[in-house]
Amino acid sequence: MDKKNGSRNLQDETRYGNPEINGMSEIVKNVCIWVEGFIFLFGCYIVLFGHLTPGGGFAGGVIAAGSFILITLAFGRGRIEKIIGRRKSSILDSLGALMFLFIGWAGIYTGGVFFSNFIQKKFGSMPFRFLSAGNIPLINIAIGIKVMSAIFLVFFVLSITRVVLRGDKLEMVRKK
Amino acid sequence: MIPYFVIIPLAGAFIIVLLNHLIKSDARYAVTDSAANLATAALMVLSFLSISKTGSYTVGGWEPPFGINLVADGLSVLMLCVVNTVSFAATLFSVDYMKRYTAKRYYYSLFLLMVAGMNGVILSGDFFNLFVFLEIASISSYALVGFGTEAEEIEASFKYIVMGGIASAFILLGIAFLYSRFGVLNMAFISQAARANPSIAKFPLILFTFGFLIKAAAVPFHSWLPDAHPSAPAPISAMLSGVLIKTLGIYTIIRIAFGVFNWETGAVILRYVGIATIIVASLTMNAQKDLKRLMAYSSISNIGLILLAFGLNTKLGFLAGIFHLLNHSIMKSLLFLTSGAVFYRTGTRQMFQLGGLAKKMPATAATSLIGSFSISGIPPFGGFFSKLLIILAAVAAKNPAAALWAIFGSVLTLAAFARVQKTVFFGEEKKEYENLKEVPASMTSAMLILAVLCLAASLLYLPKFRKEFLSPAADALNPQNYRELVLK
Repeated sequence: MDKKNGSRNLQDETRYGNPEINGMSEIVKNVCIWVEGFIFLFGCYIVLFGHLTPGGGFAGGVIAAGSFILITLAFGRGRIEKIIGRRKSSILDSLGALMFLFIGWAGIYTGGVFFSNFIQKKFGSMPFRFLSAGNIPLINIAIGIKVMSAIFLVFFVLSITRVVLRGDKLEMVRKK
Repeated sequence: MIPYFVIIPLAGAFIIVLLNHLIKSDARYAVTDSAANLATAALMVLSFLSISKTGSYTVGGWEPPFGINLVADGLSVLMLCVVNTVSFAATLFSVDYMKRYTAKRYYYSLFLLMVAGMNGVILSGDFFNLFVFLEIASISSYALVGFGTEAEEIEASFKYIVMGGIASAFILLGIAFLYSRFGVLNMAFISQAARANPSIAKFPLILFTFGFLIKAAAVPFHSWLPDAHPSAPAPISAMLSGVLIKTLGIYTIIRIAFGVFNWETGAVILRYVGIATIIVASLTMNAQKDLKRLMAYSSISNIGLILLAFGLNTKLGFLAGIFHLLNHSIMKSLLFLTSGAVFYRTGTRQMFQLGGLAKKMPATAATSLIGSFSISGIPPFGGFFSKLLIILAAVAAKNPAAALWAIFGSVLTLAAFARVQKTVFFGEEKKEYENLKEVPASMTSAMLILAVLCLAASLLYLPKFRKEFLSPAADALNPQNYRELVLK
């Protein structure tokens, strides 16, 4: 992509990725733009309603990670690094795990037992409401964040690095 | 207090990753060092505070069999003390030792995940959680074995992954069979259901025996250990040989075979596997030229000794096995740390290239001598008393052949470690090591802590301390007591 000629403006670059390193054909990219948001939204839905319908943090997190993986496959590395890079997803990964532990620890702090359902104990159960299961939705959100970023991170690191043998040492180098 | 043994290392692991991303300057190394040491020191203090306390903890307030419970009895508390003391010494040692590795900042989080997994295995009160924690500990140890990323280390790590994966598959299959038979996964409930007829769970028990003996590296399944343990960085070798194989292999199999089921055939299997392990490992140990590889074989041989003691299936045998497990954890971690200190200064592990280090590195040489004395069973140290107790237990169980094999293993261990002392620390001084200095203070202090514990462990032989510390652990290996603790 030639910035000086201005054949494409910056908005196009963020939308379509850098054409020099991009992955698949225009059709795949267009379809991806149409479906990526819905896949992510569906993942969020599965996470949020895990306590009422089948699914939960893990399944929803995998689906949400699927949308990022789809973007990586369709557009190559350029676009995904603007949305969620390696550092950002690693931070999210740790934050998800810490949030999960914090909810468990809050149970000790309030109710005396690790992972006790303190929200339900305090506010009672409200049938047919979003928080009818106490802190289980919160736990699902924490797991969802953790699983989403972890699965994406595994895919991303495998896709951007290559292991080469230098002398007697294996080294991970970034793919060009 | 029980869940904190899992909360602290798990939180520490993720906080360290987070700190690494948030702090950009070189201060992050100091911060992560102190965070990891703080976490393991806190765990060590907590585990010593929980001595002679027992109890069952229901996570989330859900009663077993449907909820998850964590159980701390005498054996668990003793194992917690051992694991967390060794892990504190290993983190203290890592502060300077791990500087040579490029990815030191991720090392501590893997390390703390491994500690969390081990503490979880020790405390878990149901089979599936035991499996989950076992996998947490195993997977982080696979990554830690290949941490140096040299070709041979990656190969050792891959071998370890394959063997560990097979072991985990066996264990998971055993759990599936147990669940299909009993409909619950809680250990105490399964124990109660099987108390009339322990042979009801024969097939899962055999699967467990296979799986856990692979994790413990007992003889037909030992081939991964002599590659994996020397390849890891020294503090990790100390953790793996010192506590990981004992927690994931021995603790689990004795807890299930004797603490849950009272499986008498299992005792016979453990006894014969133990004897075979002693013979094979002691003989191969004496042929080794690599310092850490020799120690790895010595670990296998001592695993055999511990299995033999538990295989006697008597109260004294359990006591002796637990005592030797504790002693071996301390002295083998000490020996691996000293081998790391030698490697840190000289850059080689081949024994024939070393020599005369005693004058250059007095603290390392002295602690290594203490560790060697203890592991070969020289009187004032802990190893002597536990080996004596194993031999006494074997004679008391009318099994003098087992006692003879234990003595056979001890003598060959003495021969191997005498050779280590002679070639590495005494013997003629080599020219290239003229300007050698002692290792940094953090490393020597870690070794000194373990050396003092080596000596202090012999005090446990005195009846007063034995009653306080070892007897509750041996009593815990009784299905009756376990059920009473959990089911009330």
